Amino acid sequence: MNIRTMAEMSGAKALMDSLEKEGVDIVFGLPGGANLPIYDALVDANFRHVLVRHEQSAAHMADGYARIKRKAGVCLATSGPGATNLITGIATAYADSSPLVAITGQVPLNMIGKDAFQETDIIGVANPCTKYAFQPRHATEIPEVVKKSFYIAESGRPGPVLVDIPKDVQQEVTEIKFPDLIKVRGYKPIVDPDLSNVGKAVELLVSAQRPIIMAGGGVILSGAFSELQALAELIMAPVVTTFKGKGAFPENHPLAMGPIGMHGHAEANRIILEADCILAVGARFSDRSVGRFDEFGKGMNIIHLDIDPAEIGKNKSVDIAIVGDVKSALRTMVKMLSKVAAKKSSDNQWLKRRKELIDYFSQNIKDYPRAMTARKALKKLRELLPAESIVTTEVGQCQMWTSLHFDVIAPGTFFSSTGLGTMGFGFPASIGAKAARPDVHVVDVAGDGSFNMTENSLAVSVLENLPVLVFLLNNDMLGMVAQWQRTFYDRRYMGVHQKSCPDYVKIAEAYGANGLKVQSMDELEKAIKSALRTEVATVIDITIDPEEDVYPFVAPGTGLKDMITGA
Amino acid sequence: MSSTEYKNKPLYIISSLVENKPGVLFRITNLFRARNFNIESITVGITEKPDLSRMTITTRIDEAILAQLVKQLRKLIDIVEVEVLDINNTVYRELALIKIRAKDFTNRNEIINFANVFRANILDIGKESVTVEVIGTPDKIDAFKNLIIQYEIVEMARTGVSALQRGE
Repeated sequence: MNIRTMAEMSGAKALMDSLEKEGVDIVFGLPGGANLPIYDALVDANFRHVLVRHEQSAAHMADGYARIKRKAGVCLATSGPGATNLITGIATAYADSSPLVAITGQVPLNMIGKDAFQETDIIGVANPCTKYAFQPRHATEIPEVVKKSFYIAESGRPGPVLVDIPKDVQQEVTEIKFPDLIKVRGYKPIVDPDLSNVGKAVELLVSAQRPIIMAGGGVILSGAFSELQALAELIMAPVVTTFKGKGAFPENHPLAMGPIGMHGHAEANRIILEADCILAVGARFSDRSVGRFDEFGKGMNIIHLDIDPAEIGKNKSVDIAIVGDVKSALRTMVKMLSKVAAKKSSDNQWLKRRKELIDYFSQNIKDYPRAMTARKALKKLRELLPAESIVTTEVGQCQMWTSLHFDVIAPGTFFSSTGLGTMGFGFPASIGAKAARPDVHVVDVAGDGSFNMTENSLAVSVLENLPVLVFLLNNDMLGMVAQWQRTFYDRRYMGVHQKSCPDYVKIAEAYGANGLKVQSMDELEKAIKSALRTEVATVIDITIDPEEDVYPFVAPGTGLKDMITGA
Repeated sequence: MSSTEYKNKPLYIISSLVENKPGVLFRITNLFRARNFNIESITVGITEKPDLSRMTITTRIDEAILAQLVKQLRKLIDIVEVEVLDINNTVYRELALIKIRAKDFTNRNEIINFANVFRANILDIGKESVTVEVIGTPDKIDAFKNLIIQYEIVEMARTGVSALQRGE
């Protein structure tokens, strides 16, 4: 055993060294009684610590960082309430398959089970929303546990892992060994796809008259952007995405159709009904994407490619299933396709139909003839924002408007809480994204309701010099709930009015950020330009009409064919 | 689902090797709860390897759901191996202890006779009860239970199924 891999140190120091060995350059956290030894060791650590104002935001920041870096983000919290505050962030990462390593302090081993102060069974709490949860009981276990945590979080279908370290284990000083290799015998992620199934899929795609590609979040997670584009161009298939897959394919590409789903693009929701063969790539047929499971894909051949075998047949039975890494499988498909068939012509009936649908729906979606709408604001943002900028959203109408009216051009520059739908996610996540890519602009498209939930992260944005632009579509409402109450509950509003409280300009200024209130398109243009120029955390508070609904709309429990366009 | 509908579904025996450490049983049963899968019985015990336990789960579900269940189990990191046993090529047994009300000599004699037919053992005889140990497939235990139910079952404890694939 050489000296570098073995030394006497505390569990907390072993944790720092283990994180360094994993290449961690930033952690987001908040200290408390049960993780004080970790915070003491952080003083001498060679990576950055970002102090948050609420643990939920620490998890979202680490998640946002992870989605852009495509490696695990790290967050820290103390035991009890610190740990439970992380849970919403951990569940968000779990629902969106984002790699996260959450490290919590725990009461000392001899206090566990005694209902001690700030004790909570966080292993039990985290179980349903983590890939795994560890509780090392000796300092010597820490290096191995950390290495396993990163391996599990980042490999296969990524996801969050919790490491819960009792305080005395953090303090224990002992000989610590750092392993080079670890083995998790019950964990065998499948990477290489079964070639015979890939071959069958290729045959089916070549013979299809009306093929369509449905790209999901798996494309983004595996970074299979160029492979997806090559495949689409070879078979000349229109590409729809799920909402999580938004930005997997450049939305200004001649084959792009945008997201499908409850608030998908009308032409995307329509064309997928007319296809004869669907290639679903890294997608999980969620209810929000496909509407009714029983109706979706009827009479079509469905090819499903996903890294998680449990996704095959979970919501939708399919004709051909390929389990494996999306990037590697798509690369193989492109290779096979280049051999068997010449590139299809772009002059065919199917692509004409695509154009027809786009033209039709550009005229037949409810529009709001007002001077200032969310739609116009987002189009203006797109116009002024460089293509490589990163955009995230809060949850609700602001999120769905972004899906509809903001085209993602550079693949992998958009993300949102699509699975759990966590209000308050976007702002801290955008700060995490900024930490991952300080060289580009980062924008959080927010609503007033969501922004209110984690707006205290303004302190982090300002103090840590992680400036993001909060593009606040302010309708003074919990707008999506209000839209449902308007649509399904006969306008009987309950619990949706925000009553102009707080004043977001003052909130921004109170934290040392810029606050700009805009009420016209002219003011908006000036505000965006100024925010992009100054690179200071900025909240642009954009007044929009509270009656502006999101259309199209596929009501819950109905199928894509029942889409309401509002026109 | 009504109870007859449930009883009509096929019985599956899922055999898995799991890490022998704290929290594993919780993770597995929690998966059943969270995904809305039903467990008929579950047994856990040590194996020939000290770091592995064998967990045998029986469930009555549709085949499509079974496939999904196995995949979800396979995803659990503490589960090293999972397989659905082919009932025709599997030995499986359950043990039941049944305390039966037996007020008089005739009742006791009848119960003892039934027990003999089922190759069950009498473990205890009290003034008012007989305790019988029955070993067999769940069907056999059900049959015995249905037979002696006329005397009133005071208490019953069943172990759940343990199973192994037959040798080559």
